[in-house]
Amino acid sequence: MRICSFNQILNNSGVAALVGGEQVAIFRVDQEVYAIGNRDPFSGANVLARGMVVASPVYKQHFSLLTGRCIEDPSVSVPVYRARVEGADIQIL
Amino acid sequence: MSGKVVVVGNGMVGQRFLEQLAGRGEFEVTTFCEEPRPAYDRVQLTSFFSGKSAADLSIAKKEFFEQTRMTLRLNDAVLAIDPVRKVLRSARYREVAYDKLVLATGSSPFVPKVAGHDRRDCFVYRTIEDLEAITAAARRSKVGVVIGGGLLGLEAAKALKDLGLETHVVEFAARLMAVQLDDSAGRLLKKKIESLGATVHLQKNTREIVGGAERRNRLVFADGTHLEADLIVFSAGIRPRDELARGAGLVVGERGGVRIDSHCRTSNPDIYAIGECALWDGRIFGLVAPGYQMAEVAARHIAGEENVRFLGADLSTKLKLMGVDVASIGDAHGAARDAASYVYTDEVVYKKLVVSADRKQLLGAILVGDASDYGPLLQLVLNAMPLPEHPEDLILPTRDVTAKKGLGVDLLPDSALVCSCNSVSKAQICAAVRAGCTTLGSLKKQTRCASSCGGCGPLAKQIVDAELKKQGVAVTNHLCEHFPRSRQELFHLTRIHSLKTFEALIGRFGRGKGCDVCKPAVASILASCWNEMVLKPAHAPLQDTNDHFLANLQKNGTYSIVPRVPGGEITPQKLVVLGQVAEKYGLYTKITGAQRIDLFGARAEQLPEVWKALIAAGFESGHAYGKALRTVKSCVGSTWCRYGVQDSVTMAIGIENRYRGLRAPHKIKMAVSGCTRECAEAQGKDVGVIATEKGWNLYVCGNGGMKPRHADLLARDIDDRTLIAFIDRLQRTSAWLENLEGGIDYVRRVVCEDSLGIGAELEADMARHVASYECEWKKAIETPEILARFRHFVNSDEPDSGVVFVTERGQPIPA
Repeated sequence: MRICSFNQILNNSGVAALVGGEQVAIFRVDQEVYAIGNRDPFSGANVLARGMVVASPVYKQHFSLLTGRCIEDPSVSVPVYRARVEGADIQIL
Repeated sequence: MSGKVVVVGNGMVGQRFLEQLAGRGEFEVTTFCEEPRPAYDRVQLTSFFSGKSAADLSIAKKEFFEQTRMTLRLNDAVLAIDPVRKVLRSARYREVAYDKLVLATGSSPFVPKVAGHDRRDCFVYRTIEDLEAITAAARRSKVGVVIGGGLLGLEAAKALKDLGLETHVVEFAARLMAVQLDDSAGRLLKKKIESLGATVHLQKNTREIVGGAERRNRLVFADGTHLEADLIVFSAGIRPRDELARGAGLVVGERGGVRIDSHCRTSNPDIYAIGECALWDGRIFGLVAPGYQMAEVAARHIAGEENVRFLGADLSTKLKLMGVDVASIGDAHGAARDAASYVYTDEVVYKKLVVSADRKQLLGAILVGDASDYGPLLQLVLNAMPLPEHPEDLILPTRDVTAKKGLGVDLLPDSALVCSCNSVSKAQICAAVRAGCTTLGSLKKQTRCASSCGGCGPLAKQIVDAELKKQGVAVTNHLCEHFPRSRQELFHLTRIHSLKTFEALIGRFGRGKGCDVCKPAVASILASCWNEMVLKPAHAPLQDTNDHFLANLQKNGTYSIVPRVPGGEITPQKLVVLGQVAEKYGLYTKITGAQRIDLFGARAEQLPEVWKALIAAGFESGHAYGKALRTVKSCVGSTWCRYGVQDSVTMAIGIENRYRGLRAPHKIKMAVSGCTRECAEAQGKDVGVIATEKGWNLYVCGNGGMKPRHADLLARDIDDRTLIAFIDRLQRTSAWLENLEGGIDYVRRVVCEDSLGIGAELEADMARHVASYECEWKKAIETPEILARFRHFVNSDEPDSGVVFVTERGQPIPA
């Protein structure tokens, strides 16, 4: 599914997208893109896309872009989605 | 070693025993707990009232029982022990066999058997269930009384106060905390507690409790007086829970307590007792640290270590009672023969040292009002270290703020016990540092040091830093792993090399990609130096949390908006606009502490529209989201006030408009008061201005919030122009002054006397800032690429479905 164009995400930042009714946070790190759930499991707010790559802007826990696991509390994790750059577009698979 | 170990009681000490036993052998361990939840931190129980949940207080983690395969039986009280057949009976099990049995049954609150002690709304203060019952009763109560003015009683009083009750403390003795304090200390503590709004009644012997005339209960005292209250909490001491031991025929003390030997064994060698139910050498230890030591001794003895012994424990204690620091160390009453004492008091603090007859050793101490010397003094007692030549220096106040008194951590012997809760010595801390521990946080995790009461935290931190230094690890002030420089150095490098972006700075002076520590810090430095729009594409990804959307992120993902209201002066027309905007977008409104109005609950995509309306009405960004100048608070001043001597409002507006948008390492607050009555609270601000008959007094480096600090007077009776010139040259906050060599005198030489000759340069810097100011929100709504940020989804105009409101007192709040 096409989400947006690659240029719509500033390097080292994120955007939120609605994918099949779910909120997904998509991050760009140089030429790569990654996607995890947008909901911050600690605050319950849908804000992970607005954090630094990748720290919750609410209580500052960090999450792995590859596994979704919280670095500070490994018993907590967020879903991970497959994202890729296809031509000028960003897609979620 | 192996066998069946059964533990009765899963309190703090029972849990510590399990942790100590884990890994010491192949035991099959079962724990019975009569409470519905596993061990929790009873020492911090009062924090349950200030918002901590039962989960926050929990110390027995579920994973612990899974990993160790120990069995925990909650809600199941042990009813009887048969020491001959070595079995016990519980509420749910007819027979459970043991090889070794450990009693960790703790204590129960003592309730004097006065008539009416079992009336409705009479409580004790011991478990989370007690606290829940008290909370429920408090909702239909106005007045609460605690019977007992000891340590626990005062904790309970704080809880009643936090619950909003008119609070009374009734004590039988002639002073509060009779065990730990002397008369003078008790008197000062009483005064302080009463100034916090609780009433203390001393030498009152409660004879009976009957129905009241005005409140639900009445305490009738032996002297014929009485006191009425809705809710009563008994906190008149503890009694060991030794009923199981008595039933099993174990030896108990005359006044209760299961007698144990130095291995924590009872009169039956297969049964141990630890914690508050145990009686050692005729003494019950009502603190957690000795209980922890007993837990370790019992666990190691059961695991086969014959030589491990409990040899008594230090009962020194430091706590905060209703916000008042209190500490009692060692022989606080001078019970030793020929003990001498030193006392210092100014009615704000009370400090007493008890020393040996030859004045060479410290035997005990009492501190009220300021317990910051607790750590060093305790170490002097515990390690029998020689006192300095003038012991009084340890408690006398010093006028020189830069002189650090006390004793260096280097002088502490390796054996010094730093954390008595968890038995961590200086040697163990140093070992942890050598093994890679560099912060107090990691030390807590690795050694548990400072993780219970936290009283030893500052001392532990000093030891860590000293040890790091010894290792040759310079204790660095590096910003983070990406920048081997301090923030200050980066600030200078940014200016000297005219670096305008994060990439330029990290490329030249850093490494890697950066992180959530260095990016916002560099963003702040760049904003301070060049004052460029923070949401320019080059800077936008550096902005954290609030700066990210130029608004204050709230817990449900919405934002609050604070327009600038210079000096707190606002026209009726502007007030109407704020009301209209809030109404149109369904925002919650609240007056802030800084004389402004905060509009809560705006979704990210609504922010530009809201700001368009506000800017059209003449509002500007209030920078409440940034580490920047906030408000310049003012009183109404000589324009209206009968006492005002200068026009504080005009001055405040002038200052606020001059420094608006100024970014710094911290938020900056200022205030202007029109006379010495100080209604604008200027002495609690970074920059405070107070009017005098002749001009203005300038105060600096005050602070409110978590670490309040009274500002220092920098200059007296200066005119308007000098005032602004001096403020131009200032850029710092209270934490900075505390650590500045030379203190306020040095600041005065640089700022007022221009001793470094940089005054003109600093003023020119500020002039550049003033000239380059523009309202960030005005810029944002005029710039399409910045506006494009303000949406929740990049691929949809749907709002965030997670944002839901309910109504309270006629306003929307997060559901």
